[in-house]
Amino acid sequence: MTDNHTHAAGKHPGVGTYVTVAAVLTVITLVEVGVFYVPAFHGILAPVLLTLSAAKFALVVMFYMHLKGDHPIFTMMLSIPLLIAIAVGIALLFLFGVVALGGTAA
Amino acid sequence: MTAVAHHTSTGLDNRKLAFWMFIGSECLLFGSLISTYLVYQGRSVVGPTPEEILDIPLTSISTFVLLMSSLAMVLALAAVTRGDRRWSRVWLLATAALGMTFLGFQAYEFTTFVHEGLTLKTNLFGSTFFVLTGTHGAHVAVGVLWLLTLFVRSLQGKLGPDKAINVEITGLYWHFVDVVWIVIFTVVYLLS
Repeated sequence: MTDNHTHAAGKHPGVGTYVTVAAVLTVITLVEVGVFYVPAFHGILAPVLLTLSAAKFALVVMFYMHLKGDHPIFTMMLSIPLLIAIAVGIALLFLFGVVALGGTAA
Repeated sequence: MTAVAHHTSTGLDNRKLAFWMFIGSECLLFGSLISTYLVYQGRSVVGPTPEEILDIPLTSISTFVLLMSSLAMVLALAAVTRGDRRWSRVWLLATAALGMTFLGFQAYEFTTFVHEGLTLKTNLFGSTFFVLTGTHGAHVAVGVLWLLTLFVRSLQGKLGPDKAINVEITGLYWHFVDVVWIVIFTVVYLLS
C-alpha cells in the first residue's frame, strides 16, 4: 500500500518540464495566430491549424494531466470517448452535407 | 502526516478513475456542441457573421491566459505534493485569478457581441456560438469555485501532501477545460 503523497508525486514531471511545456504551448499559440494572418498559408490553413491544435492538446494531456507516466487505463478512458466524439462529429458533417467525398459540399 | 490510500482491486485510486470517466463523458458533451457549431457554420441567413464580429487578437490573449493558468495549476500540485503550503496557496490563487481573468475576457466579448446585435436568437451562428462558449465558460466558473475552495482549505491547514490527490483531480478538471478551449480557439475562432 502506498500513501497518497507517493502516489501523486511518483510519476509526475518536475517544475522544469512544466515550464518548458508552457513555453512550447505559448510558441505554438503564437505560430497559430501568425499563420492565421499570413495570406500565403490560407490555402492550407485548416490542416496546419488542426495539427498545431492537436500538438497543444497532446502536450497538455501528456504532461499536465500526467497521462505520459500514468496507468494506461486513464489514457484509454480519455481516448475512447474522444475517438467516439470525433467519429460522431465527422459523421454529422457528412450527414448534413457540410463535407462530401471528393471535397467540401457546402 | 500521511494518509493511507484506499486499497482497490485495480491498485488505482477510485476517485481518480471515476474522474477520468467523467472527463470521458465531457468529451462527448463538448464533441456534440462543437459538431453542432460546425454543422451550422455558414448557414446563418442574417448577420453578424463570424468574420464580421470575432476578435482574434483579444481571444488570443485570453487563450494565453488560460494556458498560463494550466501552468499555475501544475505548479500548485507540485507545491502541495512537496508540502510547501505557502507556494501551494500562491499557485492555487494564481490559477483562480487567471481563470477569473479569462471569464472577464469572455464577459467583455459577450457584451460586445450583444451590443453589435448578436444574441442567442439572432442567427444560427449566435445560437451555436453562445451555447458552445457559454458552456465552456460555465465549466471555467465551476473550476474557479473549486480552486477557491481548495485555497480556503489550504488556509485552514487542511491541504497537506496527504490531500495531494484532491488537488490532482481538480487539476485534471482544469486542464480538461483548457484543452477544450484549445480546440474551440482553433475551430471557432481561427477556422471561421
